[in-house]
Amino acid sequence: MSYQWDFSPVWRNAGPLLEGLGNTLWLSGWSILLGLALGLGLALLRLSPSRIASVAALVVIEFYRNTPPLVHFFWIFFGLPILIGVSMSPFTAALLALSIQSGAFFAEIFRGGIVSIERGQWEAGRALGMSEARLMRRIILPQAVRRMIPPLMERSFELVKTTALAATLAYGELLYRAMVIASQTFRPLEIYTAVAVIFFSVLFLASLGMRRVEHVLRRGHR
Amino acid sequence: MSGILRLDGLRKSFGSNEVLRGIDLTVQQGERIAILGASGSGKSTLLRCINFMEVPSAGTVTVAGTPVGEEARGGRCYRPAELARLRTRIGMIFQQFNLFPHMTALQNVAEGPLSVLGVGRAEAEARARQHLAKVGLAEKAEAYPARLSGGQQQRVAIARALAMEPEMLLFDEPTSALDPELVGEVLETILGLSREGRTMLLVTHELGFAFHFATRVIFLHEGMIHEEGTPEQVLKHPRQDRTRAFIGRHSTFAF
Amino acid sequence: MEYEFAFGEILRDWDLLARGIRLTAALWVIAFVTALAAGLFLGIARMSPRRALNWPATAYIEIFRNTPVLVQLVWFYYAFPVLTGVQVSPFVAASLGLCLNTSAYCAEIYRAGLQSIVAGQWEAGRALGMSEATLMRRIILPQALRRMLPAFTNRAVELAKMTSIASVITVHELMHEARTMATQSFLPLETFTVVAAIYFILIYPGTLGALLLERRLATRGGAA
Ligand SMILES: Nc1ncnc2c1ncn2[C@@H]1O[C@H](COP(=O)(O)OP(=O)(O)OP(=O)(O)O)[C@@H](O)[C@H]1O
Ligand SMILES: [Mg+2]
Repeated sequence: MSYQWDFSPVWRNAGPLLEGLGNTLWLSGWSILLGLALGLGLALLRLSPSRIASVAALVVIEFYRNTPPLVHFFWIFFGLPILIGVSMSPFTAALLALSIQSGAFFAEIFRGGIVSIERGQWEAGRALGMSEARLMRRIILPQAVRRMIPPLMERSFELVKTTALAATLAYGELLYRAMVIASQTFRPLEIYTAVAVIFFSVLFLASLGMRRVEHVLRRGHR
Repeated sequence: MSGILRLDGLRKSFGSNEVLRGIDLTVQQGERIAILGASGSGKSTLLRCINFMEVPSAGTVTVAGTPVGEEARGGRCYRPAELARLRTRIGMIFQQFNLFPHMTALQNVAEGPLSVLGVGRAEAEARARQHLAKVGLAEKAEAYPARLSGGQQQRVAIARALAMEPEMLLFDEPTSALDPELVGEVLETILGLSREGRTMLLVTHELGFAFHFATRVIFLHEGMIHEEGTPEQVLKHPRQDRTRAFIGRHSTFAF
Repeated sequence: MEYEFAFGEILRDWDLLARGIRLTAALWVIAFVTALAAGLFLGIARMSPRRALNWPATAYIEIFRNTPVLVQLVWFYYAFPVLTGVQVSPFVAASLGLCLNTSAYCAEIYRAGLQSIVAGQWEAGRALGMSEATLMRRIILPQALRRMLPAFTNRAVELAKMTSIASVITVHELMHEARTMATQSFLPLETFTVVAAIYFILIYPGTLGALLLERRLATRGGAA
């Protein structure tokens, strides 16, 4: 193979690429925040004694977990404006699609964490005469949160990867910037390799960080 | 005398499985009752109906002369706040200890007074230290449950119940989950409490301990009180065949 | 003003959608079957004490798990041919990308499954004089595979969702047909609603299956 690698187009376009990375992280950050809020709401509905609320939350969660994110990007960007009569910026559409879908996954993590706490803990709290709210706050959540953190982080990394789909809506995140540059410089190999390396560096560092957190959490209270 | 606790016609079903089939029982202040019976006879369910960890299907529970709950169409109705208040007056010790793993021994014992009774932090901790000392664990106050042996965990659980200053204590097989060599320290702690004249109900398979501990023994069979009396009567001279057979099966039993 | 839905027009073009579904299914099956096979070798290499096997396998797995699948597909379609001088069709690029991506995840499932078998099982087999290969085939894999089944089913579900991304590199699978229909009919709302429903119907049984398998494993404890 005599292909001559030439990364100079990457260096020349480092500015726009880094700006794209910034947009990727900006979109990721807001989507995670909104997704966590939505997820918490869905989990509470799911655990609520009202059967209607619980089933409604279940339907939303299962639908979003079992359909491709790309469909949601397009549905929200092209379809939703027709329904509500307000047009969407690519950023808003991506933000909504990402946070609703992650919210569905987050909700299951929240719920799973809460129901994973052994029955004995609920009973011990009740036997002391705690109200359900106090039991939740003092006994269940402090234990459950420790179990939720690793899967919440993992799901957030999935979300960061999914932000690349915003390129299909022409939102100027990393991959979209790369596509534009590749078409201008005719150097797709170098540009896309650079994009892969950038994503890898960010996500790999994050997952190393997560391993540390997991280690600390596993040590637990002793 | 109505007693500190009275059960009238207490019934409990899980689906079609009727576990308690009409229990009548009056407990006087200071009585220590050992509840015996085969596995599945309803011992735990009986205990758990007293502090409403299970809600009885029928019948009434009367604590210190006041019936719990209100008469309503289709059975009694219980308000959560009323049950919570009742539970502060009845301590429960579980087979699996159920200590809060994210709190130290001291925090475990202080938690009830602090967050349920509304006692101030300093006062709650002082009370907790005092009860930990009583169960012989003063020096383990800062240890998390994961660092304690099973016997120590169960003693912390006893201190946790005591810190609420309850009117009666319920024990559900407090030593069944323990290694044999750790059973003694927990039984010793419980015997210590009986010398204080506390009202206690205890489910156990340790007949020898029941004999020394109890002022009254109840033998449960298929959700009904099959035989009751003093330890001497029930354990040494049982009148019913089933009781005799049950005691016979616990061959290691020695007084 | 209430919006008047026109689902009829979308369903009139059912042929187009059906063609897309067939291609989606083809992508899914090809990528999954090849990934299952490749993943086994990768997983074993990853567990090997020999660095020459272990390091490349680890690098491969980490690279594919830590980059977006869309970037991988774009790379295989637009960049890979530059490197090799061989132009691949969108379908081949998509199959390749999805297979390699999924094989990295499968490798981790194999590894976790094999490591979950207690040392006593390996020792018991060796004590009978079994070779490592026989031991793996007769004793370890049958137990491990059962435990891996829910994870593989979940992976299959993830892969099914991922196939939609192939539309970006112009594979005419379901999502691509939907995008074409949406622009031609000026009915994006209906089109994407119908397509979301189709995906849900295709994918949800997999999720339910994984759930059932997990329940069965939990109650039987992996035995029988
Ligand atoms: N929460 C529940 N739901 C359904 N059935 C229950 C529940 N709790 C107990 N049971 C059933 O009630 C019956 C009596 O149970 P219980 O725990 O009171 O027995 P026990 O006398 O304490 O037995 P053991 O000595 O084994 O602890 C059993 O058949 C049990 O399966
Ligand atoms: Mg019991």
